[in-house]
Amino acid sequence: MNHLLRGHAPLSDGNWKLLDDEARERLRGALAARRLVDFSGPLGWEHSATDLGRTTPIGTAPCDGVVAAQRRVLPLAELRAEFSISLAEMRDDDRGAPDADLEQLDRAARQIAIAENVAVFHGWEGAAIGGIAEASPIEPRPLGESGEDYPRSVARAVEALRERGVEGPYGLALGPDEHLHAIETAEHGGYPLMDHLAKILCGGPIVWAPGVRGAVVLSLRGGDFLFESGQDLSIGYSHHDADSVHLYLEESFSFVVATPEAAAPLTS
Amino acid sequence: MGFDQYHEPPEELPAETRTFARLCASLEEESQAIGWYQQRLAVEPDPEARAIMEDAQGEEFKHFAMDLEFLLRKTPRWRQIAEGVLFQDGDIVEHGEAAEAESGEEGGGDGGAAAPSDGSLGIGSLKGEGK
Repeated sequence: MNHLLRGHAPLSDGNWKLLDDEARERLRGALAARRLVDFSGPLGWEHSATDLGRTTPIGTAPCDGVVAAQRRVLPLAELRAEFSISLAEMRDDDRGAPDADLEQLDRAARQIAIAENVAVFHGWEGAAIGGIAEASPIEPRPLGESGEDYPRSVARAVEALRERGVEGPYGLALGPDEHLHAIETAEHGGYPLMDHLAKILCGGPIVWAPGVRGAVVLSLRGGDFLFESGQDLSIGYSHHDADSVHLYLEESFSFVVATPEAAAPLTS
Repeated sequence: MGFDQYHEPPEELPAETRTFARLCASLEEESQAIGWYQQRLAVEPDPEARAIMEDAQGEEFKHFAMDLEFLLRKTPRWRQIAEGVLFQDGDIVEHGEAAEAESGEEGGGDGGAAAPSDGSLGIGSLKGEGK
């Protein structure tokens, strides 16, 4: 058994499968950053820091005649979202009930996915993580009031990337409201807006990104945005009582923007 | 043109499984080439020819190792078992049995193929998936 202590939970194999499948389904839909940035790992719960390849000078050396420096690393951050599951619901699941109440798990999955998206796109100061939108030297421009404005804004963002020598393919992360506008909108003549945007992006993905404010256009060529996973998203066991088992979703990761000019933010 | 690396209809397989199958096929081909060079070296008397074959076999060692590392990265339980067996002194079979047993114990809940041995949900990268 590892640090997740799953073997201590009063849950059957079938219950664990139900919870893991539900979490996986909910998370895959909401983890927008992972659809757009480079992912390495998972490197394990024991992995604590990302090498940055840089040093900080140390003013004093152990003796005269030498210079000293210290390696810089980015410590991995941990995210945890706690939730509880009714044991009565799990016993009903064992009996074959097809409608177990997993609302708390769904909410925890959404929250931890939003947290990951926010850290990647807008930064997380407490964890020394710089976000893609905030790191970009490209002046943020408005996405537009209505969906019909989006193609022009996105085309300008793509052009801004090309002017800086950043090649495609390009992807587009849209905040939930902006994504809703995009899928609701048909341009003049009934041409779906999403199809038009995909053409501007050279066929790149348009991603629903809960937690993102506005939108971000970024290159998918690789090597620009680096997500390093220690422990990938997992369900662990905390404790239980007569009525409920208390679990959590957890992960550890770092994120580094290697090429700030490879993304162009768009404001809502 | 054949697609023998697929045991199931390719159109029914997800993209990552097709990639996995291609690398499995490549791993098989590299190990076969290593075995063939070993046989040729055992019978070839010409030193110059032997030198070329030894160089070529070294290439196959490298290819085999790269294929294997890719597959292990994609398959946490395989990786865990391999870590218990590879580069270890002592009885190979004992290490194998112990590593297999340990990998089956972890994860709590189902130890099936969908559950990585680190207990995670196995989501990893989603780059290139869907829109």
